[in-house]
Parts: sequence; C-alpha cells; structure tokens
Amino acid sequence: MSMMLMIHPDKCTGCRNCELACSMEHEGSFRPKASRVHVYTWEREGFSVPMMCQQCKDPACVAVCMPKAMHRNPANGQVELDADKCIGCKMCVQACPFGCASWDFQGLQILKCDTCDGAPSCAAICPTHALEWVEDTVSAQARKRSFAAKLKNAFAEV
Amino acid sequence: MHGWIGKILRVDLGTGKITTEALKPDLARDYIGARGLGTKYMYDEVDPTVDPLSPANKLIFASGPMTGTFAPSAGRYDVVTKGPLTGTIAASNSGGAWGPELKYAGYDMLILEGRAAKPVYLWIQDDKVEIRDAAHLWGKDVPETTEALNEETAADAKIACIGPAGEKLSYIASIMNDMQRAAGRTGVGAVMGSKNLKAVVVRGTGAVTVADKEAFLAAVAKASTMIKEHPVGGTGLRLYGTNVLVNILNSVGGLPTGNFQDGHFPTADKVGGETLAANQLQRPKGCFSCIISCGRATKVTNPKYKGEGEGPEYETAWGFGPDCRIDDLDAVIKANYYCNEYGLDTISMGGTVACAMELFHRGIITRDDTEGLELDFGNADAMVEAVRLTGLGQGFGKKLALGSYRLASLYGHPELSMTVKKQEMPAYDPRAVQGIGLNYATNNRGGCHVRGYTISPEVLGVPVKVDKDSIDGKAELVALFQNLTAALDSSGSCLFATFGIGAPEFAELMTALTGFAYTGDSFIEAGERIWNLERLWNLKAGLTAADDTLPPRLLNEPIVTGPSKGAVSRLPEMLPLYYGARGWDAQGVPTKEKLSALALA
Repeated sequence: MSMMLMIHPDKCTGCRNCELACSMEHEGSFRPKASRVHVYTWEREGFSVPMMCQQCKDPACVAVCMPKAMHRNPANGQVELDADKCIGCKMCVQACPFGCASWDFQGLQILKCDTCDGAPSCAAICPTHALEWVEDTVSAQARKRSFAAKLKNAFAEV
Repeated sequence: MHGWIGKILRVDLGTGKITTEALKPDLARDYIGARGLGTKYMYDEVDPTVDPLSPANKLIFASGPMTGTFAPSAGRYDVVTKGPLTGTIAASNSGGAWGPELKYAGYDMLILEGRAAKPVYLWIQDDKVEIRDAAHLWGKDVPETTEALNEETAADAKIACIGPAGEKLSYIASIMNDMQRAAGRTGVGAVMGSKNLKAVVVRGTGAVTVADKEAFLAAVAKASTMIKEHPVGGTGLRLYGTNVLVNILNSVGGLPTGNFQDGHFPTADKVGGETLAANQLQRPKGCFSCIISCGRATKVTNPKYKGEGEGPEYETAWGFGPDCRIDDLDAVIKANYYCNEYGLDTISMGGTVACAMELFHRGIITRDDTEGLELDFGNADAMVEAVRLTGLGQGFGKKLALGSYRLASLYGHPELSMTVKKQEMPAYDPRAVQGIGLNYATNNRGGCHVRGYTISPEVLGVPVKVDKDSIDGKAELVALFQNLTAALDSSGSCLFATFGIGAPEFAELMTALTGFAYTGDSFIEAGERIWNLERLWNLKAGLTAADDTLPPRLLNEPIVTGPSKGAVSRLPEMLPLYYGARGWDAQGVPTKEKLSALALA
C-alpha cells in the first residue's frame, strides 16, 4: 500500500491555490508556469480539472529516460526524477500521455510532481479537498462508494 | 521590489507607442496598488474635467501587491478611469485570473492612453507587446470574443474585453475578464469602447516574489484559518453565494422592492440563494487564490430562459427580481447571462429596468416609447427582453443603455431614478439600514455598497452587531469602513476576506510580502489617503456637497410594508457628522490640516 494524490474535479473551484503552493514550495516564488500541477477551466460551463503526474505503474517517462534520471522509488511507489542525472533531453515531456512532465524554459528544468517528498503542498492548501493525499486502496474504495451512492439515488428516482 | 513587480506598461493607442517605466517604491507604499495607485496616476496625469469618452481620458488596469500570491482570496485588480456614468473617478474591481496574469507578465499596471483609429486589441506576452487588429471581433459578445482570442493568441492567455454594450458606449457597460467576471460599475466598458479597444489579452511566465517567505506563509496560514472558521467567509458564501442575502435583507425589511417604493417583497425567497442552490446551481466557483468560492456556476434548463454561465450575485438577483417585482429565478438568471455576454453592469441594468417599469406603471412612458414592450412591474419576459435590447443597443434598449438617471430625465422625472451621483444604488434600503444610506450618499463613485459595506455590522453582526436603525456612531463607522476598504481594494484582496480578517491581519500580510512595515493603523491610513485623493479628484471634476445625497424618495417616503414599515433615511442628520469625522469642512472639502496629515497637501 502507498499514498496517492486523488483528484476530484467535481469539487474543484478553479482557484489555482494548488499551483501557487507548488511553485512556492519548489521555486520559492509565485510562478504558476513553474508549477507541477495545473488547473484547466472551461469558463462557459464553470468546470475545472487539476492535472498532475499520476505516478503510473508502467511510466512512459521512465521507459524513455536514457540516463535513468526518471525512476520508480520502490520504497514509496512514486516516480521520481534525479535532477543530477537529467540531461534535459525532454523525452519524458514527449512521452507522458497526460502531459504531466513539462519543460521550464526559464529554469531549464523538468517540471514533474515529486509529491513534495510525501507531503504535497497542493493537497494541503486546496480549500475544497478537490486534491487529497490518501492511501491508494482506501481512496479507490471511497470513490467507488461515492459512485455507488449516485447509482442508488438514480435508481431511487426510477 | 517584492509583492509589486516594480514596472508599469504604458500604451498610447493613438500613436501606437509602447513604453515601460519603473514603479516608484514610495508611491507603491503610500497608495498600495490597484485602486489607490491607479487613482494616484490619474490624479497626476489627467484633468478631472476631461470628457470621459474622449481620447484624453486614460484607462488604467492595476493589480495590487497581493495579486498573484496565495494570500487568501486576493487575486483582484481594478480598472481606474473617469467613469462616464458618474463623472467621478472610477475604480471597478474584478476577480478571476486576469490581474495575476498581468503581474506574471511583468507589470503592476497597464496605462492606456489616446484612441485607436480602428478596433484593436492588445496582446501582451511578457515583454512582447503588440497592438493587433480587432475588426473581426467587433460586434462579438464576450464568450465569443474570449474563445476567438484564446484561439488566435494562446489557450492559457487571460482576456479582459468588452461586449457590444461597451462598443456602443453604453453608460452602464462593464469590462469582462475570464468570460464571467466583471469590472462592472461606473461605465468603464464605455471608456474602453471609446478607445476602440476590444480586448486586452495577457500571458505571463514570470513570478511574484516575497520579502520574508516564512513570515508570509505564517500570515497566510493565520488569515486563511480565520476566514475558514468564520460562519460567513468559511461556510455561508460557499453554500449559498452572496444571494443568501435575499432572505436576510427581506427579513429585516431592507430589500428594496419595486424601484425602492417598498422595502419588503413577500415572495423574495423564490429568487434567493437557497432556492438557487436547490435548483440551478451546478457548483461553487472561486476566483484566483480564493478560499471562499462564492461564485455560482449555474444552468437554466427552462426552454424559455435556457443557458449556462455564472451568477447571479445577490445584487443581481435583487435587481432583476424584487426591484422589478419579479420572482422568477430562471428569468433573473437569464438577464444575468445577457449582462455577462453583452458586457453590462447587472446592478445598474437592474436599477434601470426597475426605473423604466415605474415610469411605465405611472403612465409616464407607454408602449409607444418602449416600442411595444409591456414593461410593467412583474413582467419577467419584458424584463429579460429589455436587458437583451440594452446589451445590443437596439430599440428601447438604446435609451435604457443611458442608465436610469438619464432615462428618467428624458421623460422629466429624474426623481424616479434610484441613483446617487447618477449611479444605481444596490440592494440595501437606506431607510431600513441607516449607515449604508450615509455610505451611498458619500461614496466616491456614487451608489455603491462595496466601498463601505456597513451591512456587515448593521445586519450581519460582523465583526460586532450595531443597531441598523440608529444613527449613533454611523458617521465614524462609515468613514472607517470606507478607509479600510480603500486599502484592501488597493492590496488586491477581496472584500469578502473581511469575513474573517481585519486591518491587523492585512498589515501582517503586507509587511511580510513587501518588506515595508505596515501596522493596522497605517494600513487604514493609506485607505484614508486614497479616499481623500478620490474626493479631491471629484471636487476638481465639479462635484460638490450637493451631490452627497440620496433620491428624495428615501428621505421623504416611508417604507410601506414589512418589518421596516414607516422608516425613512436620516441622512441630513448624519452628513454633517460624517464631514466632521472625516476632518472636512461644512462643504465637504478636506481641510488643509487633514491633507497635510495624509501627505496629500
């Protein structure tokens, strides 16, 4: 069992405090373009979705990383970047199917969620718990239960 | 500099000249930013008697030092200019993510001068700034313009633009940013239209820095906790939005009804925040860095009023609802959507329709004048159609686009316009709540609640309960609220942060962020300096103490029904006390002593 960042788009208000907390944590300033999490908002519908590294089990970014800078840490199950080994080839940026590794052209670095070493600042600041740092098994169950409740309510109306 | 970027972008739309200049640190400290700093630049650079719609007027977009940080609910900016509706100095405040983006692009303020020869938009990418042709956008509404510009610039660019109402120079036109957020009041959209400027598009990749990181994180944590633990800031506004106030104001008899003919509306609950939450609400929304989330993403499925978007706020629900004697929430929301899409201020629009309805009801105008519209109280279809026509500048909408004062004056009845300094008053009856009436009368941009929101103590009991019917201490209370609000507006904070924090917490945030030492007192004093500077501008523009008044109805005609039955505003008793509390003479002119104490002399 390990921890995961659970995203609940239905709870996201689009405030982007997560981006601010992330850039402050990693860069020491407020620079959303250097954040490892980004929130996308559809203004007509008022719907927002935070996007960040999903810590894949079979990560494309690790597979394509020639110097093996991107690697899985077996101790905590997270995909981590060893900045000392990174040569800045940006293959991970091109490989990630979610677009969650990106290149910071100002800081000349790969931007990828490192879960703030197990205490993600984005989840800590999120005012509506749209981002949660939870045990992966329990979170899956909670999501299942909440969807089951929606089904129950739908059937109750039939 | 920390907090501030330290740079101003200046664009002359007439000559196409684009320059940058350094922000002076002492001006930043003393006038803070946004509303205060923008007003200082207007005062130093523009003749207050300028025609607001002439090229000589300037249009300033100004962020605050806290804008772009995670200070709680502090991502705002102001549009500062001379307002065509009021003839006063105008600062219209808006949230969303546009203000922060301007700072990430590297600017605290954008000063627009002159007038473009043809429709243009401004495209700011960090230090690359272009004036581009906007012929293909002219006539498009706000969502269409926003999507078209995101398509042709960058998907993550932030856009402030006008709709058809601003293009046609409506006196009640807004500037919209992020599609749904409004710099609404005083007709700032018409100033943008007069400059042939359709939009300002901005994308920034830079940073806002902090003077003392540890102290700032601690101050933010403390302020956030105080807001989250507050019943209004932490819970009420997210659950029901600002529209929770419909039932609260109605319960004290302070809900202006039928163009302020009454203060109580029996079926008000049908347009209230609780009804909205149970029906049209999709989810709460937050502006940039907001922890409160009062925004309402809503959807109307009723085929007659179908649509989706944001709103209504309380003042909007009131304006299109009880003030027009309408209790159909779907219709109210549709009117709100039209305002957002065409770029109109919902408060002035609601007040103007209500005024037209009274003119119609009394037979002063007829269907001949309205071009067939049965614009009587309670007619939801006619109200919605009136808003649509105003947004597009068609039919009777051309007259409504003037605002209620000029409309009522056209037909010889300015006394039926519920305005102060020609701007429509919001949703709090000055007869039922004495302090807010004094605030309306003395407000530097006319009928406005957010610059001296004494509803907090007088109705909500925040931070302490004050008797709403008494005039004791109201002069001092109004002045204090006006000063504090001027300072926090200028910082980039949202007024709603005061549902949790006050001057000492703002001072802590500002000190840690900027490195300048603020105290609660010096923060409020900066607000007083800003208020007095706005007053000086207005006096130079030709306004006098005679403009510090309310419509005669509120002074002479008692509320007819409900809990505040029989009440009138006691403004004449409060006004001299207010001038005294401000250190102004009997004519409402700041004394030399006061000005030198504020370093304004």
